[in-house]
Amino acid sequence: MQISDVLIPVLIFAGLGVFFGILLAIAAKIFEVKVDERVPKVQECLPGANCGGCGYSGCGALAEAIVKGEAKPSACTVGGAETAQKIGEIMGVEVEERVRMRAQVMCSGTAEFAKKKYIYAGAKDCISATKLAGGDKLCPNGCIGLGTCVTSCPFGAISVVNGVAVVDYKKCEGCGVCTHACPKGIIKLIPYNSRHWVGCMSVEKGAVTRKQCEVGCISCKLCEKACEYDAIHVNGFVASIDYDKCVGCNKCVDKCPRHIIWSAGTQYGNLVILRENIKDI
Amino acid sequence: MSFGEILLMMFGAVLVENFIFARFYGCCPFLGVSEKPDTAFGMGMAVTFVITLSSAVTWLVYKLLELFHLEYLQTIAFILVIAALVQFIEMFLRKFIPSLYSALGIYLPLITTNCAVLSSALLNIQNGYNLIESICFGFAAAIGFTLAIVVFAGVRMRLATAKPPRSFKGFPLTLIAAGLLAMAFSGFTSLSF
Repeated sequence: MQISDVLIPVLIFAGLGVFFGILLAIAAKIFEVKVDERVPKVQECLPGANCGGCGYSGCGALAEAIVKGEAKPSACTVGGAETAQKIGEIMGVEVEERVRMRAQVMCSGTAEFAKKKYIYAGAKDCISATKLAGGDKLCPNGCIGLGTCVTSCPFGAISVVNGVAVVDYKKCEGCGVCTHACPKGIIKLIPYNSRHWVGCMSVEKGAVTRKQCEVGCISCKLCEKACEYDAIHVNGFVASIDYDKCVGCNKCVDKCPRHIIWSAGTQYGNLVILRENIKDI
Repeated sequence: MSFGEILLMMFGAVLVENFIFARFYGCCPFLGVSEKPDTAFGMGMAVTFVITLSSAVTWLVYKLLELFHLEYLQTIAFILVIAALVQFIEMFLRKFIPSLYSALGIYLPLITTNCAVLSSALLNIQNGYNLIESICFGFAAAIGFTLAIVVFAGVRMRLATAKPPRSFKGFPLTLIAAGLLAMAFSGFTSLSF
């Protein structure tokens, strides 16, 4: 064996490597993509939990969206005001006040209104109950009332009253943990000061809902016709309020034949739920 | 080879000896990026680009190796060529088609280790093709790959809305569908010219 048997392959491969290396280096210069240097900075400020609470796939995607101007610096729900402030400094913009949110259970079907299909005697947990034919209520979108949200709430703001979970808005911080914990997905975040909400999430047709629950939305669209501000719409057999447009005029509340549009007012600066328009719950 | 023979060879590489369904090369991206026809087509085009170009370059590199009687080093040399080409196409896509770049994700750099690319280079040498034939064979094989992945993406679109028994839901059903499609393609084997 001669030294050249080793030397020649080594030299050829080194030559090939250098050749391709130079080509790639040239290509890298030509096809260079400029990444905005603010993106990694913004990403550092974000919590990095990749929870997806902001509506983007992760903190990286949100950082990119913020730098591009598609998302507000305050878009991160988990980081709160402090994170928004830091991001605002990087972006060089004033951070507007974050809208405080509160959780609201979108179901009015308490024990006397919502009909049941069987008597559930299993573990006291909504997720276990949903595994049994979707829970004991006939309505597939009704609150099961076994308190999975109660245990999930880090602030102890939820309790179950007469078979339906109720959020104490004074304690609620709007973190949104319960919205993910609920197996039915009927807990929604709404602006803290919003005065109205539709207490039903049933996506069944009106006739079916009528059989399942006395206080279910039957998609009659009376609220839609009553609203002068185009703020309430029946989508997929259930009414929902657009909080950007709602002015709290109470017109839909009066019209609703099922009394499921809840209304609240403010008294001494505190949010007070008015119960006149609702059957006793 | 005459022009007609080259055409026949290409036709055979697309349908009869389809890289995925007959030779079972490149199954990783076949299952990985075949969820949407758009991304599948993008992947197919990226693979087509890499295979066609690498067929030409590896043929030249092989001639270089032959010159020094270093044929035993062909595998590692080919991998070097393919890796460089994949790096190149990655830069290209990132610059010009960022949406495809993010859709392909990890599967883009994984073209480096896609055995369809390496095997087409090795088959070119094994079959003793010249430069033109190598490029034609590589291109046809890659078109066969694209055809398979796009057809399968269409099948998976239907599977996504199907309601199979729970034990079949997701990947098991995908694998069964892939098997059925491979059996359908085996019908082309009986083609004779």
